[in-house]
Amino acid sequence: MDLRRLPRTVIDPKVRQVGFFTSGDPPSARFNSNPADTTAATAATSATAAAISSSSPNSDINLAGNSLSPVMIPPLRRMSPRRCDDMQMPIGSYNPSESVLGTSPSRRGINGPDFSEVATSAWLGISGSMKAAASFPGSSGEMMMAGKNGGNALVKNMDSTALAVKTLPGVTEKDGGTLTDMKNDGAGTVRHQKQTTTRAERRAIQEAQRASKAAAMMDEKDGGTLTDIKNEGAGTVRHQKQTTTKAERRAIQEAQRASKAVAMMDGKGGKSIASTGGGAPSISNQEKVLKQSQKKDGPQDTGAASEKKVSRNPDKDRKKDIPQPRMQFDDKNRVEKAKRRAVVNQFEARNRVELFRHLPQYEHGPQLPYLESKFFHLDHIHPSVYKVGLQYLSGTITGGNARCQEMLLAFREAIIDYSTPPEKVLVRDLTSKIGSYVSFLIECRPLSVSMGNAIRFLKNRVAKLHRNLSESEAKSRLISDVDRFINEKIIVADQIIVQHAVTKIRDGDVLLIYGYSTVVEMILLHAHEQGKQFRVVVVDSRPKLEGKILLRKLVMKGLSCTYTHINAISYVMHEVKCVVLGASAILSNGTVFSRVGTACIAMVAHAFRVPVLICCEAYKFHERVQLDSICSNELGNPDVISNVPGKEDVNHLANWADHKNLQLLNLFYDATPSDYVSMIVTEHGMVPPTSVPVIVREYGKDQFIF
Amino acid sequence: MPDVQTLVNDFVLKLKRRKIEGSQASAKQTAELLRSVVSHQRLPYINQATVLLDAVRAVGEQLIAANPVELAVGNIVRRILHIIREEDLTSTASAMEGLSLSANSDDDDNFEREDHPALSAAAVAAAARSTLRAPSLQTLLEGIPESASAPHPSSSGGDSEGKTAERSSRSKKLKHDVIEAINELIQDIETCHEQISEQAVGLIHQNEVILTLGRSRTVKEFLCAANEKKRSFRVFIAEGAPRYLGHVLAKELVAKGLQTTVITDSAVFAMISRVNMVIVGAHAIMANGGVIAPVGINMVALAAQRHAVPFVVVAGSHKLCPLYPHNPEVLLNDFKSPSDLLDFGEFSDCMDFSTSGGSPRLHVVNPAFDFIPSKLVSLFITDTGGHSPSYIYRLIADYYSADDFVVQRRPAS
Repeated sequence: MDLRRLPRTVIDPKVRQVGFFTSGDPPSARFNSNPADTTAATAATSATAAAISSSSPNSDINLAGNSLSPVMIPPLRRMSPRRCDDMQMPIGSYNPSESVLGTSPSRRGINGPDFSEVATSAWLGISGSMKAAASFPGSSGEMMMAGKNGGNALVKNMDSTALAVKTLPGVTEKDGGTLTDMKNDGAGTVRHQKQTTTRAERRAIQEAQRASKAAAMMDEKDGGTLTDIKNEGAGTVRHQKQTTTKAERRAIQEAQRASKAVAMMDGKGGKSIASTGGGAPSISNQEKVLKQSQKKDGPQDTGAASEKKVSRNPDKDRKKDIPQPRMQFDDKNRVEKAKRRAVVNQFEARNRVELFRHLPQYEHGPQLPYLESKFFHLDHIHPSVYKVGLQYLSGTITGGNARCQEMLLAFREAIIDYSTPPEKVLVRDLTSKIGSYVSFLIECRPLSVSMGNAIRFLKNRVAKLHRNLSESEAKSRLISDVDRFINEKIIVADQIIVQHAVTKIRDGDVLLIYGYSTVVEMILLHAHEQGKQFRVVVVDSRPKLEGKILLRKLVMKGLSCTYTHINAISYVMHEVKCVVLGASAILSNGTVFSRVGTACIAMVAHAFRVPVLICCEAYKFHERVQLDSICSNELGNPDVISNVPGKEDVNHLANWADHKNLQLLNLFYDATPSDYVSMIVTEHGMVPPTSVPVIVREYGKDQFIF
Repeated sequence: MPDVQTLVNDFVLKLKRRKIEGSQASAKQTAELLRSVVSHQRLPYINQATVLLDAVRAVGEQLIAANPVELAVGNIVRRILHIIREEDLTSTASAMEGLSLSANSDDDDNFEREDHPALSAAAVAAAARSTLRAPSLQTLLEGIPESASAPHPSSSGGDSEGKTAERSSRSKKLKHDVIEAINELIQDIETCHEQISEQAVGLIHQNEVILTLGRSRTVKEFLCAANEKKRSFRVFIAEGAPRYLGHVLAKELVAKGLQTTVITDSAVFAMISRVNMVIVGAHAIMANGGVIAPVGINMVALAAQRHAVPFVVVAGSHKLCPLYPHNPEVLLNDFKSPSDLLDFGEFSDCMDFSTSGGSPRLHVVNPAFDFIPSKLVSLFITDTGGHSPSYIYRLIADYYSADDFVVQRRPAS
């Protein structure tokens, strides 16, 4: 009965997955329809070590024994060899990548939780069946030992909750732990006994789960189980001890569950939906459990403890990395709180625009000399970061790429100069340091999406550092990570984008560009170097007039240009063959978030049936969505609107701030609807705007797992 | 005569140098100039209307050639030609009434017809019908013969000598009437703002958010009128680079106590989603309902269409142009100095004329006007009320006679 139900429950998500996956045929994955093969291949992509040899046959047996034969498992994109290499982190003890890394087997204790986390984060694009398949290798260990019992348990487990996908990470955690035990314990009989007990426990847990249908419970329990397993080395004596502690812990968990049931459910929902929020709530529970166990078990080897921290921190970070609700500046309490913490004392601008109360509207300029004088009295902010912050504030560094690059370089400096204070842990201290830097930078100017993504990357790299690395080693790793990010995500990406986009420029074309985008400049210069004959229409807009800078560069290089302002766009659009634009960010509904005016250009181009190319590096893609330009934007200095440089006679708004009815609005960005965009050129190729979520999903995780 | 000619030359020079800003000013000045032309024109006993028409047309031709883009000048010339025709027709009609219905001779009309071989009888009939009597159900029912016969004094008989005295009085009367009518026209041009802004309260509701670009006096009066009626609403003003007249408008509106926000032109699309109505002024309204307006407004119109925001054009009736636009972005456009965009010599350091074969590598485009196709316009507010773009052709038929649409061709032929 259970066996019969098993395939259905497992297949269902798989069937759903077929449509999900056929869209992108991975070049490397050439798995056939045999699930056993798939799993074996999954496991064996880089299988060499002994740890694998125990698990991969298991998986075969498991799948064969269960006669689990869904006809098609779509090719697994995630499991291309490159990606496996990319995931240089403990992914379950049975996972080959560990052996690739060559890390010590003592880390196995953390593998369970780590695996679940990876499963949720890296594999979230792949739906539940993948997780199910991934959980099989672990569970199959039991099955091999205990025949069908384990299978039943698993089946029950699968069936127990309607939200099978949610529980699966829990299952994998548990199984991973079990497997670990299995591998490390010497005597087979002892192992078997222990496993049956754990299985019994598990079944009890499942029963409880089924009764309550609380998806969250599973993880908690698993956490407990896992902790047990971790704490035990080998032998039955320890096992006895654990059962007692387990009981205690379960009582604690019950209490916790009672108190936090609601919160956990919320967290769960978030986990299943939000791609980055994997398992954060459950981990926090686990953490508590860990603390409990630490208290009880007393002495523990420091290695394991540190491992736990390592395993826990990334989850906390990820929790932070969920696109957190931006600071809403119409919320007075929070603004007050933020002000108290702030380094940069901003003054509220007068005559704020009512519609944009939720965005920071500060006086620009007056605090800069003060901040500059403070440069030599810094206590907690690294000078290079401080410098970059002031450059943001004064507007000397603008543009998504430049800001991101400068920030990373400043962080790099800070990391070089960093030394762990006594009695502190590098990972934790450095993370909090970076956090304080970031909040300083936010005070100077709100982060761009590119910077946000880079910070996310860096924090993840810090969190993923191994505990037993020496400080200098850790620092050098981080530095190389930063360098690699700059190189891969910005410099090389730009080169590839240029190569893609240049193919779209033909002789005799008239290209329209707007503002100053570095990528667009590179494209034009590259095409010019290739000897293509084309003309460029540079459209500019107040108040920044960035187009002039670009115009100067292009004219210097010998391109023939036409310069005009954005109002004349309808006039020049007649002769234009193609519009090439940069972007500050591309959101997952295809909306292009870019310098203000881009939407106007794209709209007019659309009206004149002129194709619009958006050139944007993939690290600027974001899973956020936005419909208008008002909810999230940035306001610049309103004074630059009132005075027009070079035109002294235009001074009608000289004392604008004296009139309380008059506001000047200096928007920085606007959101271009995706239907105005013909094509987005990224380093992953030229895609329509509808493919943005695909890129976010497929490549977005790269940013954290190189 | 010579003093008129100097006046004309002065005005032509002003137009050529683009000294006259705004279509209202040029319309008014044109009308005043033509009034003096009419008043100084010596009229013979016969052919008065023709002589007047020729004189006005000759001056008008110069004026239009001086600034073909300022369509208001041409509009006023055509309006005055139309006025002369109309006055002539009414005087004829009154003369006919005064005589007898059977007296069918009318020199002026007759000569005019000979003078205008292109003029069809049907056109005259239509013009006469439209001026002499409003279309009523009765005329429709009574049928064509009567309505056609009344304004159709076709064949000219011999003129009786007894009419000369009467005709001289008529000649003075014609000139007098034309000048009166021109004065009325000038009055209309001056007061068109009031008449337009009277309609403001009916179109702006409480807490409305209105967007406009640049500065138009009509728009300013329109908004102020609504404000005076205690309507409170907010205005977004796009500054309208490169002239930045939006700043001026903002200053004026703030002085009146309106909630005003100045935005850059590039932020139009970002803000349009929060706007209830777009109100802009126009440079000219073409016969097909298209609008020639200050540069940048087409962008606003497209954005408004995207967000289904009503796009309202306020314009006096002197901006109604009876021409159909062809390639208006180029042919009916004015190009301003590049110095609005780039300072003189700003790029001279990086220009290398030796390599590019003499042709400059850098062009600066600074057009003055945009053309907005009629499909983007929701409503026209003129001094005669609100009209949809598809009705503009009918308004034009009211104001102009079909013979005057092309002013220039006559002397050439």
